[in-house]
Amino acid sequence: MAQALNGLEYGMLLFLLSVGLTLIFGMLGVVNLAHGSFYALGAYAGIAVAVFTGSFWLALCVAPLVVAGVGAAIERSCLRPLYARGPNAQVLLTFGFIYVFDDLLRWLWGSHVRSVAPPAALAGVVALGPGRFPVYRIFVILFGLAVALLLWLALERTRLGAIVRAGVWDAEMAAGLGVNVARVFTAVFAAGAGLAALAGVVAVPIQAAYPGMGVEILVRTLIVVVIGGLGSLEGSLAGSLILGQAETFGKAWLPDSSMFIIYGVMAAVLLLRPTGLFGRALR
Amino acid sequence: MRSARRLALAGLVAVAALPWLVGSYPVKLAQEILIWGIFAMSLDLLMGYAGMLSFGHSAFFGLGGYVAALALRGWSPSLVSALVLPAAAAAAAGLVVGFLSIRVSGVYFIMLTLAFSQMFYAAAFNAEWLGASDGLPGVPRPRLIGLDLDRTEVFHLYILAFFVLALVALARVVRSPFGRVLRGVEDNERRMVALGYAVRRFKLAAFVVGATIAGVAGSLEAQFNGYISPEALFWTTSGEALLMVSIGGAGTLAGPVLGAAAFIGLQSLLSSYTEHWTLILGAAFIGFVLWAPEGLLGLARREAGG
Repeated sequence: MAQALNGLEYGMLLFLLSVGLTLIFGMLGVVNLAHGSFYALGAYAGIAVAVFTGSFWLALCVAPLVVAGVGAAIERSCLRPLYARGPNAQVLLTFGFIYVFDDLLRWLWGSHVRSVAPPAALAGVVALGPGRFPVYRIFVILFGLAVALLLWLALERTRLGAIVRAGVWDAEMAAGLGVNVARVFTAVFAAGAGLAALAGVVAVPIQAAYPGMGVEILVRTLIVVVIGGLGSLEGSLAGSLILGQAETFGKAWLPDSSMFIIYGVMAAVLLLRPTGLFGRALR
Repeated sequence: MRSARRLALAGLVAVAALPWLVGSYPVKLAQEILIWGIFAMSLDLLMGYAGMLSFGHSAFFGLGGYVAALALRGWSPSLVSALVLPAAAAAAAGLVVGFLSIRVSGVYFIMLTLAFSQMFYAAAFNAEWLGASDGLPGVPRPRLIGLDLDRTEVFHLYILAFFVLALVALARVVRSPFGRVLRGVEDNERRMVALGYAVRRFKLAAFVVGATIAGVAGSLEAQFNGYISPEALFWTTSGEALLMVSIGGAGTLAGPVLGAAAFIGLQSLLSSYTEHWTLILGAAFIGFVLWAPEGLLGLARREAGG
């Protein structure tokens, strides 16, 4: 039971991370290898704000905005010139940013592990059946669900969401119908970066922050996005929940081979069903 | 062309003479550059010639290293352990991984090859008999008749011999009709299919040749360091080589070597002045991707051509 809840909490964290990656891919066609770096940057920026102001909640609001700004700047200055040059150049560019951010984080905040305690309102544990479960982890689960719901509403029920969906479906046609696609691209990339940073801040009270955290989580995020289907919100939620459980239980039952099997599943999905669970065929 | 060959020959002679001219640290750097130069050249056969951006190349590099380490430690310190077995293992793995990977393209190829290298990483990381996260230490250098490879200058010439072997082999491959077909695939895959070329077979052959040479580079890396660890298999090891290829110039053989020299040279040079050498390297790499996709070699040619 506690194991399953841990998996659920971890899955929600993966969802916050992967939903940005999948939206960026769906809209821009870019596999953003620097996504893990946005996550790490969010975590460190969150710690800085939390330590400076003493408020975790303020960190949860400010850090994602800062990182979204960084994302917007990167999209406009570096990615935009590469859209015409195909996926190889884009992937290489985002790989380069891993190096840059890794060093910047060490420079600004040092190499040691840092953490902050969860806010007072969420400290402590609750009794759950026979065991106990930290309140903060329950908060992460509910927070992830709330973000999923909000994102779904934003995409399905608002004008802006309709524009984004149109862009994901067919950017050229959307541009032909008068949508400023370039601006939507920037907005989506910024939002994706902001979501990764949000995951980073949320993760800090549980897993602490260290400079290599981005690279470590990136591959898991890719697994989620591949299994769920590139470009799909529902897929990213389903993929996150699946990987969250698979990794939590895998570590307990098959400690030696669980990661090998998970990477193997990623490869198999790419080969046999590249659209994943919920994706759709790409042009 | 002829002057380029003369330049390369002069460069090789100069590199061969290094152990008698400079101290042990620059010699070590040169050896590292030669090994990573082999690795980067083998990756460039996929990336620069056939247009396949593979994050799985580290799997073959690491596999070669592990096979060499096991054979040199446990079986026999011979050239068979140091060259034949690692190359054969990497070729076999390259055949399987390549056969599957070339079925998809674009970002799917990138992610599939990444998944494969991570499978190798996870397998080695969790295998007690491979030393788990620590890897295999105490890898001896092979014994060749009458040669003591523990002596710096002998080992230096040994690595240089492998480098020349890889360079000559790859030069023959890329200048052959086969290499021209690969270039055609990189340029426009559909056109090559329409012209009747069995494109998949050509891509697979390139993948296997690249994997084999990467395996040899990995074996040399294990002999150079005296150990091999799962890090060698991790996908970012492929990324590092991709970075070298891009900085030097993809689609050439000198480019990846130049890139390896720039990467390793800068790393050692900058790290003695500043801790922030990864920032500088990363920023330089981003600059190359944005403004000089043809790399250092391309820049040099642009200068020369006016």
